[in-house]
Amino acid sequence: MAGLTLKSVRKAFGTVAVIHGIDLAIADGEFIVFVGPSGCGKSTLLRIIAGLEDVSSGEIAIDALDVTRLPASDRGLAMVFQSYALYPHMTVYQNMAFALENMGLARAEIDARVRRAATMLRLTDYLARKPKALSGGQRQRVAIGRAIVRDPKIFLFDEPLSNLDAELRVATRKELAALHAEIGGTMIYVTHDQVEAMTMADRIVVLRGGRIEQVGTPLELYNRPDNLFVAGFIGSPRMNLLPAQVVSPGLARIGEAGQPVKVATGSLAAGASATVGVRPEHIALAEGPADLALSIDLVEQLGGETYFYASAPGLPQITVRQNGQVPRERGEALCVRFEPAHLHLFDAEGHAVRPGG
Amino acid sequence: MRPIQLLSARHRAGRWHWTDIAAYAYLALGVVLMFAPVVWLVLSSFKTQASLLEFPPKLLPLSQQEVRVQGFPQPLPLFAATLDNGERRELAQVRRIGLIAQMVDPADPKQQYRVPTARLVAVRHLSFATSNYTEPLQKFAFTRYLWNSVFVTVIATLITLLINSMAAYALSIYEFRGKTIAMLIVIGTLMIPITIILVPVYLVVTKLGLVNSLWAVILPGAATPTGVFLLRQYMLTLPRDLIEAARMDKASEWQIYWRIVMPLAAPALAVLAIFSVMWRWNEFLWPLAVLTRTESFTLQIGLNAFQGELQTQWNYLLAMTVVSLIPVALVFVFLQRFIATGIANTGMK
Amino acid sequence: MSDLSGSTELQGAPAASLLSVLRRAGGATLDAGLDTVSRLIDIPMRLLQRLIGERRMAYVFLLPNLAFFSLFVFVPLVINLVFSFTGGESLFPSQRPYVGTDQYAYLFDCGSYFDPASCRVDHFWRGVANTLRFTVFQLVSMVTFSLVTALILNMRIRGRGFFRAVYFFPVLLSPVVVALVWKWILQRDGLLNAGLTMIGGQKILFFVDPTWAMFWSVFVSVWAHMGFYTLILLAGLQAIPSELYEAAEMDATPRWRVLWRITLPLLWPNLIVVIVLALIRGVQTFDEVFVLTGGGPGTATLMIVQYIYETAFASQVQNFGLAAAASVVLGVVLFLLTLAQLTLTRRRGAS
Repeated sequence: MAGLTLKSVRKAFGTVAVIHGIDLAIADGEFIVFVGPSGCGKSTLLRIIAGLEDVSSGEIAIDALDVTRLPASDRGLAMVFQSYALYPHMTVYQNMAFALENMGLARAEIDARVRRAATMLRLTDYLARKPKALSGGQRQRVAIGRAIVRDPKIFLFDEPLSNLDAELRVATRKELAALHAEIGGTMIYVTHDQVEAMTMADRIVVLRGGRIEQVGTPLELYNRPDNLFVAGFIGSPRMNLLPAQVVSPGLARIGEAGQPVKVATGSLAAGASATVGVRPEHIALAEGPADLALSIDLVEQLGGETYFYASAPGLPQITVRQNGQVPRERGEALCVRFEPAHLHLFDAEGHAVRPGG
Repeated sequence: MRPIQLLSARHRAGRWHWTDIAAYAYLALGVVLMFAPVVWLVLSSFKTQASLLEFPPKLLPLSQQEVRVQGFPQPLPLFAATLDNGERRELAQVRRIGLIAQMVDPADPKQQYRVPTARLVAVRHLSFATSNYTEPLQKFAFTRYLWNSVFVTVIATLITLLINSMAAYALSIYEFRGKTIAMLIVIGTLMIPITIILVPVYLVVTKLGLVNSLWAVILPGAATPTGVFLLRQYMLTLPRDLIEAARMDKASEWQIYWRIVMPLAAPALAVLAIFSVMWRWNEFLWPLAVLTRTESFTLQIGLNAFQGELQTQWNYLLAMTVVSLIPVALVFVFLQRFIATGIANTGMK
Repeated sequence: MSDLSGSTELQGAPAASLLSVLRRAGGATLDAGLDTVSRLIDIPMRLLQRLIGERRMAYVFLLPNLAFFSLFVFVPLVINLVFSFTGGESLFPSQRPYVGTDQYAYLFDCGSYFDPASCRVDHFWRGVANTLRFTVFQLVSMVTFSLVTALILNMRIRGRGFFRAVYFFPVLLSPVVVALVWKWILQRDGLLNAGLTMIGGQKILFFVDPTWAMFWSVFVSVWAHMGFYTLILLAGLQAIPSELYEAAEMDATPRWRVLWRITLPLLWPNLIVVIVLALIRGVQTFDEVFVLTGGGPGTATLMIVQYIYETAFASQVQNFGLAAAASVVLGVVLFLLTLAQLTLTRRRGAS
């Protein structure tokens, strides 16, 4: 178990820069998720930490030991590859024992560790099989088992669930979370799925274009996104981002023809362009006075919840979520009310505006 | 780091590991070893017979420079002479009498010198004895051999392309009774190389009255199992819809084969053509057995016969060997890509 | 994914345009010619198709190839067997008396099979011994060098396409050219001896010494064919996913162990194919060795195929029966080897 520090890590392939100065500190035993759209550099960053790619500049330290120049084999890390990378000609047992043999452990010790991991991952019945005789989920567990037996300083996961079907993904997600609770190692997990990030992480690192957009606990990111990108990326369904204009301190007008709403405007001047963010689940249907009058384009009844997709002139389509089954028809009017505490304001550059500036 | 870790350190782009250096050294040695013999062949082929007898041999084809001197009808050989007074001069030799040579200064023909032959060193310059190439084609039958080889290669390749593609077409497009047997026959032929049926094929060829004709070389190998497999593999990937559409358009099977499938199979045909050309141009054992009259010799057989003579005229032999290399060199430079893909696929089967 | 680029097309712009004009003109005439021919052939073909139906046209397409196979491969195979049971000097079976297994008895008449001199047909058994020795040495060296070269080419080497082409170049040469090129170098006054004398050694008459003659036969054969097998092994190496190597790196696997436990086991199927292919070709060796040494000195490099050739075609008395018998023996060996090759490739293809 160990902590990890990244200082000003940069990476360029030839002339193309993919990672632009990453600074990050990960504590011992944390479950960190790197999340972001494809091409954001999360896999590259993981491979840099693993040692499979060199840094162009910057430092990497594991437990205060500088490992930047150390090759992958000497860093004491274990990685679960997206395609599992199991040795096809070896049995499950041999796959898991391979790294331990490299470490020069005694046969008895190797056997004990492999069997312990196999029990933990319910692989004991499959130890004599070869990978091609296993299902996708079983192969994935072997890949995890291969990492566990090594008792590494840090576990690295490269989109391990992306090759599984939806149902298996949910089940495996829970297993991984349980695994972390049981063995408590430091885990760095890469995914493009923000749901996985939200459910599994102690802290999330949101990446875009090779830069960190925000680091924080799942709820921090949900409740207080630092910028437009994080606001729109975290949370499903997506936060509604509406063009707005500051009317006066504490008041902003959404769109052209809405009532001004109370929202913390920080140090923004009157007349400044801004964006108001509000999550679908934070929009209430107005009984009396409304903040915005919308016309329903589409209704989705899921049984336990209802989604309305409604619009008003001059505004992008707004998603509204309501608990239970709310009977409304297409074309009907929908009057909505916003809770100031649940409104986010972003300035013209996309940065979040916090009360007090 | 422990030394063991150093030795097993991973090689990183930009960082040189000793295995990288060893690898490049091995590859460099390979380049030399693979090319040097042929380069030496080409260089030697331009040397005169005299300079070929020299030992140790010079690297480049050199021959003695000759110079025209006023007052002398024939060009005179040029030497670097060390005179009595120790001076070194380039002089033209008029004649030798015993161990003394009569020399003349080309710039000043009146000046005559007498220099012992021991103090003469021939002045050589780079010169290519192209007569090595022209004479065998005129004096010996090499033009005939060349023509025979070209004839065999072209005709055999055309026949091979035609009948192999027809067979591949049948085996890939159609379902018919006896298809498995036909496939087995083709596979079976793979197991029967010419080396074990030399005598009976000779009998067949004799019965057909083809002995010593080039057709004896062309026909027996025209149907190749690898060719059928190669083409069939490719034809299997062609969309069936095209063929069915053509049938709806009332095209005959022959037309479908000729005007739709064949053009589409062009890449595979090209690979087969290259293989066939290479193989036929280089063929040795069977032509050796079946061609006994020199007029029908192919180039390879002609080369072999030429070197069997008592006094091998290496200058001619080397030159003709280089000539036989030309198609190979052309294929190598321009078509190497196709061969590589072709081999990688068929070799795996 | 493998990198298969490597050839460059060097054509100047004006030359290219002239060539393309010629190509188009030539192509047009060719097309016209082929079109007329095909139309002519189409007339009887249509008739035939109407007679026998669309499905059965397959037989028509198959016929020429099968005819050639039958006439020049299968019928001869049977005739070969027949020949081996006959004696006499004529080429024509009708004039050859039936002698049963006499030819085989003659062939196999040996004091000890390990001493060719003790055999009636000592040349055949010398050929067997030579071929055996040759094949073993050639196989071992060829597989080793091909494997090493393939492994090196599989590394992150710049200009891999160029180097691969370099090693493949001798494969394209005719056996006569290969043999003559090296014969020239190995002459008494050739390049190699020049080098030897330069470093203070003595000239060696390579073709007069039986051991050297065999050595150079093996060397030249490996030189000429190595590139082919390197290509096959390289393709096999490149089929191994690079992620496996990364996983091995994360597992802190030392280089030798990556080779021994990961690369070689996964390359084994290709290696087996290469070994069997090389065996099949090695046993049939003739061309390069014949031109290089003529089978000499004496019979030191006489191979089985050369024996067959000489017995049937190049001796004073052409003994077709004996040659046929020897061919049958060789054929049986080859049949077993090819069977092995096919089963191995089929199993690999199925897995």
